[in-house]
Amino acid sequence: MPPLLSAGTPAPDFTLPRSPDAKLRLADSRGHPVILAFYPADWSPVCGDELAVFNEVLPEFQRHHAELLGISVDGVWCHKAYAAARHFDFPLLADFEPKGAVSRAYGAYRAQEGFAERALFVLDAAGVIRWSYLSPLTVNPGADGILAALEGLK
Amino acid sequence: MSARLTPPVSARDHAQGPADAPVTLVEYGDYECPHCGRAYPIVKAVQRSLGNDLRFVFRNFPLTKSHEHAEHAAEMAEAAGHEGKFWQMHDLLFENQDALADENLIAYAASLDIDPRWAAAALAQGLFRERVREDFASGVKSGVNGTPTFFINGARYDGLLHPTSLLEALARAATPE
Repeated sequence: MPPLLSAGTPAPDFTLPRSPDAKLRLADSRGHPVILAFYPADWSPVCGDELAVFNEVLPEFQRHHAELLGISVDGVWCHKAYAAARHFDFPLLADFEPKGAVSRAYGAYRAQEGFAERALFVLDAAGVIRWSYLSPLTVNPGADGILAALEGLK
Repeated sequence: MSARLTPPVSARDHAQGPADAPVTLVEYGDYECPHCGRAYPIVKAVQRSLGNDLRFVFRNFPLTKSHEHAEHAAEMAEAAGHEGKFWQMHDLLFENQDALADENLIAYAASLDIDPRWAAAALAQGLFRERVREDFASGVKSGVNGTPTFFINGARYDGLLHPTSLLEALARAATPE
């Protein structure tokens, strides 16, 4: 498995479904920072997990004009139900077909298990990775590293 | 990422146990979060077990988009703290997690001999909102990654939410290497 893409690498472009009827292309987000949050699966048994924390910290991300995108291999309908149940105010992208292709491109895929790592990337306005972090699978990362990276973009 | 408690425990915090205890356990929690509810008796158990060797600190981390009553519950705990009754309110809230609407919170205040009109006004005017926000912001900075998140002597505890695991980690922290 190729290693996690690191700072200085141009972020591989991708187009993924963000809802049952809409797609999102990463390149369309040039001009402001982007946070990519890869995670193993929707419906993790922890209620207050990393995505819930990021959801609460959104105003702080937005202060840096940053856009948060969650990415897992779950399908669009699963994402839709999950986002509604958790009141997420940011998109969940479906890296569903071909399965895990985007996660692989970022070195954030666990081929044996068939799902994404817990991995975070902060991209600058030009679409270059400025910070990346791979968390142990059982440990949710907090938002502190993301915020420090966003501060560093200035 | 180091995930260190920022800022460290100080006089502004609500603490149980001696300030010079060898181990300080800090919880960032949400009164409406079921996992924090599960942690509540576990924390009580480790407090009983460690006695004066442990200082326990609680900071607010309400997940307001998931839990509609979490913010006001946190503010009511701080309001009670203003009246010197933080821990009584803290315990009442965790023991009544399914009844955290404003009218319940105000009734808990009254049951602790806190003027219910003042308690209601404190919520309505957001007297303790800033204090709760400060806790939340410190949690984000410290690497809180869900609720509850614990810090042992300033380092984030990533182990299981289980009395044995938590006790082992606390015992390790209490023993100088």
